[in-house]
Amino acid sequence: MATFLLRRLGLMVLTLFLLSLMVFLAGQILPGDPAHAILGNLAAPSAVQALDHQLGVDRPLLTRYLSWLGGLLHGNLGTSYEYQTAVEPFIRAALINSIKLAALAFVIVVPLGILGGVIAALRVGRGTDRAISVTGLSLSTVPEFVSGIVVIVVFGVELKWLPVTASAGAGASVWSQFRHLILPAIPLVLVLFGYIARMARAGTIDVLNSDYTRTAVLKGLPQRTVLRRHVLRNSLLPTITVIATQTGYLIGGLVVVETLFNYHGLGNLIYNAAVHKDEVMLEAGVLIIGIVYVVATLIADVLLTLLNPRLRIGGTE
Amino acid sequence: MSGAVPQPTEPVVPAPVDPVASLDRTGGYLGPTGAAAVAAAGRATPARWRLLLRRTTFWVGAGILLFWVVCAIFGYLFAPYSPLTQNLLLANIGPSSAHWFGTDPLGRDVLSRVITGARYILIITPLATILGTILGTALGLAMGYLGGAFDAVAGRLVEAVLALPFVIIAFMFVVALGPSVPVITVVIGLVFTPLIARTVRTAVLVERHMDYVPAARLLGENSSRVMFAEILPNVLPAILVEFTVRLGYAVFAVATLSFLGFGIQPPTPDWGADIAANYIGLPAGYWWQVLFPALAIASLVTGVILIADAIEQVLAS
Repeated sequence: MATFLLRRLGLMVLTLFLLSLMVFLAGQILPGDPAHAILGNLAAPSAVQALDHQLGVDRPLLTRYLSWLGGLLHGNLGTSYEYQTAVEPFIRAALINSIKLAALAFVIVVPLGILGGVIAALRVGRGTDRAISVTGLSLSTVPEFVSGIVVIVVFGVELKWLPVTASAGAGASVWSQFRHLILPAIPLVLVLFGYIARMARAGTIDVLNSDYTRTAVLKGLPQRTVLRRHVLRNSLLPTITVIATQTGYLIGGLVVVETLFNYHGLGNLIYNAAVHKDEVMLEAGVLIIGIVYVVATLIADVLLTLLNPRLRIGGTE
Repeated sequence: MSGAVPQPTEPVVPAPVDPVASLDRTGGYLGPTGAAAVAAAGRATPARWRLLLRRTTFWVGAGILLFWVVCAIFGYLFAPYSPLTQNLLLANIGPSSAHWFGTDPLGRDVLSRVITGARYILIITPLATILGTILGTALGLAMGYLGGAFDAVAGRLVEAVLALPFVIIAFMFVVALGPSVPVITVVIGLVFTPLIARTVRTAVLVERHMDYVPAARLLGENSSRVMFAEILPNVLPAILVEFTVRLGYAVFAVATLSFLGFGIQPPTPDWGADIAANYIGLPAGYWWQVLFPALAIASLVTGVILIADAIEQVLAS
């Protein structure tokens, strides 16, 4: 177990290093010069040069990468070009907002997805199964702004049940914040339902075909007991990983939903940073998403290992 | 050597991790389990293709796709109005017998814009997917067959790319390079490459242990011949399924980029861009300007997914 954990941690550090390199280089290819972006097009060339020097963007690429990386290791994400202050408070606020939205979406979609998947598995190959599988897959490929617009039209504009923006405003009550987040959460639920249902379905089918399920049925246990005690418990293992791999998407991939609903999460922050050529903010935001994803995947691996004794034995060599 | 018990060189990697890891929003629908199943069972014989023609889902999907292809090619000929002609006196008119889908804020006919808006999305999507499939297949074959250090290094890189939601990566590069049809096509193709490579790699790992591979090597075939002439034909069914699913995601990606303002540029008719331009009119009740392009995207995605599902069902049966 310790070896396994160490190995996973080592791989995680390596992935994070590659990720930082990639994010840094991607930030560099943004066209235009940050000083130009800050001072405007009419700025004197000498002023642009001076600001470039002050920002440190006239140094060689490697030096800048190393100093950026050094700062990251000390928890310093850098200074925003656009706002001229540390990016950290912006990232922190956006991350908290993103987590709120992601949490609500997860709370709704996980039980729904598992239920859908198990039902499909019990009726495998029949109409219900095909309907759940194909609908789930289609929904997960329909862009979020398409489903988002449909729910805005129906629940926000026609029925007027819920607010159509996600931000409840400063100091709003928890209940009001919750109400504002329901509509934005629906497109996310629709997107994720297909993935989770598909994993739960595959896991359940595997378990239903296993010897121990057959034994349980043959020794006369009622179907309900077989399902609850033998099937569900094991079939849900793969679902843990799918949930982990979706956190990266939910924390930062929501550019579209956050734009549509005017919500200040990480996706929105990255979008604005890219549009305003705020390289430092962009790199910090993208890196945070990567870190969230990598850590979530690690947690899922460890959880799976703990829950599945067979994997645990393999790791104790 | 100490004896019969082979020392595991690495801890048993949790089996479900890999299949599920490819199921995220950033990743594919067809996990390596699916790819492996298709690769193992599927030999694309003419008999199997005849099975495809008997599936209702295939016909429905093909019908939807054909409809949009006709619109993309001949749309300008049979659209009731010019998609570009403005008539401010007829702005924001709801659906009527003269304008079935109403008019937009510039008085342009929404139905005509929906019909002609199919063009660019249907040019970019297949080209990008073909590019990603070719590159991803080459990379996946090399990773799966060569293994060793190459697989380890490429695997880490793929992992680092997958830590970010693909919309974020595509978005960063398109912002940097400027939105144009070639840029969008190449960026989406490159973003798909690691995703497809992972599926192909898994399918190749299954094939590598078949007897025909060492047989080919004993006949003196070199690595590239074994990879492309021996293994490739046998993993083609898995690649085909991956291709069709990926096509659905390419529609998603193009539409999303357009919605964010970094896809097809106005005034060229385009579903995503038209939605972005008009969704501020939703609270005023102008739902038709947004809902019809949204339904167009949803129907195209659904059509592609129905075809993908039918092919997978046939190959895995």
